[in-house]
Amino acid sequence: MKNSILTLCFFVVMTNFSCAQNGDNEINTPEESNFTAELMVDGLEIPWGMVFLPDGGLLITEKSGELILFKDGQKTTIDNAPSIYLRGQGGLLDIELHPDYANNGWIYFSHSSEEGEDKGGNTAIMRAKLEGNALTNNELLYKATPNTTKGQHFGSRLEFDNDGYLYFSIGDRGNRDVNPQDITRDGGKIYRIMDDGTVPSDNPFVGQEGAKTAAYTYGNRNPQGMTKHPETGDIWIHEHGPKGGDEINIVKKGNNYGWPVITYGINYSGTPITDITAKEGMEQPLHYWLPSIGPSGMTFVTSDKYPDWKGNLLVGSLAFQYLERLEMEGNKVTYREKLMADIGRVRNVIQGPDGFIYVAVEGKGIYKLVPNAG
Amino acid sequence: MKSFIVVYLAFVGCIFYYLNQDKALQESMDRGSEIYADFCVTCHLEKGEGVEATFPPLAKSDYLMNNRKESIKGVKYGQRGPMTVNGKKYDNTMMPMGLEDEEVADVMNYIMNSWGNSGAKMVTVEEVSNILK
Repeated sequence: MKNSILTLCFFVVMTNFSCAQNGDNEINTPEESNFTAELMVDGLEIPWGMVFLPDGGLLITEKSGELILFKDGQKTTIDNAPSIYLRGQGGLLDIELHPDYANNGWIYFSHSSEEGEDKGGNTAIMRAKLEGNALTNNELLYKATPNTTKGQHFGSRLEFDNDGYLYFSIGDRGNRDVNPQDITRDGGKIYRIMDDGTVPSDNPFVGQEGAKTAAYTYGNRNPQGMTKHPETGDIWIHEHGPKGGDEINIVKKGNNYGWPVITYGINYSGTPITDITAKEGMEQPLHYWLPSIGPSGMTFVTSDKYPDWKGNLLVGSLAFQYLERLEMEGNKVTYREKLMADIGRVRNVIQGPDGFIYVAVEGKGIYKLVPNAG
Repeated sequence: MKSFIVVYLAFVGCIFYYLNQDKALQESMDRGSEIYADFCVTCHLEKGEGVEATFPPLAKSDYLMNNRKESIKGVKYGQRGPMTVNGKKYDNTMMPMGLEDEEVADVMNYIMNSWGNSGAKMVTVEEVSNILK
């Protein structure tokens, strides 16, 4: 009897040891924080996108449709923002400046839109200029079709690459068995267009009959994080999985990321979507999360403000309400850490032109991460 | 004999009425389950269990079953601020989903008759239409 108790104790201790190993899918919580999160903009609901203007003003998109300019401690509502299709996850979504904003003044937006004849809505990309407290010269650059009354998966992150191409994401719009694997349909894709909305002639599906030629990749589910790698210039995305299986991927011309044929996730009900996680001709994610963190927003840390974080990837977690820091070796995640634990649903994270990290939290506002002295 | 026929007809009429009600409720719940899977499940989860301290449960929820009007209003126009559900405090924001009145009625009928919830009178489109901000 005594022996069996000892064996049991030994077993329990060994189980604890084996759990303490740091696999790349385990997250670490630091004992003390080396920064302070200062609430810079308060009173926001769902601050979906944000971008700094050269004069230090911060433009913030609220999912509800409001465009806000925060400057000198004051919030101003900007008029003539794009009209949105208020439904489910739709709304006024991401915002980005043209790389040559200083000279041309173009600001890019993604939003849900009812444009078109059929009932419902779909993701739209537009650009406009800011004059005084209003947008002017509003131009629709892309509108996904057909409209649908489905409430999910508008995608909508925007990013320019080093050659001036604009990338954006459109999620599968709740029609996973139809849209993502069909290049003649919108949704479940990453797109690449010129800054004026025209389709580059070397896009992968140009010349294929019926293809959505603005599409650049397919087989995506709902990408809500997109950022440019500081060294390679590649566009990195992350996308929500269903229950489990959120992914980080690198955008490459013509790639198929496999949704819903392959996935590490399952249905919300617990039933399987597919019994395979890999298939020839479909890309494996660079990293996947089990369980789902609900990733939103993504940036690389490149500034000198946070020496220990240089080259790391920061990702917001909606589901578990923290900011995740990922250390990378090349394309491999080697360490995960939980920052700002229990702060609220982290919708977005960017590095400002001043080198500081800004984090948008639902129901709270925008936090500036200030490193502690010493 | 005459009175027997009257009673009989009244009885059949009642059964017919209730069966029809049941059928209407079942159809509304079926539509509601699709709305639920589309708009609600990511936060309130598959069995309405919610997430403690973040998203209140719908299953066996005292708030839902005892605050019919406020619950319909929350689904129709969004919900914000502190609330207590089954003795636990929640303080979060549910943004308006942009549902039509019929969809609000359907999803209310689904959540009020699932996961151990039952017994509520059927929510009608008229009832939803009459609830204002």
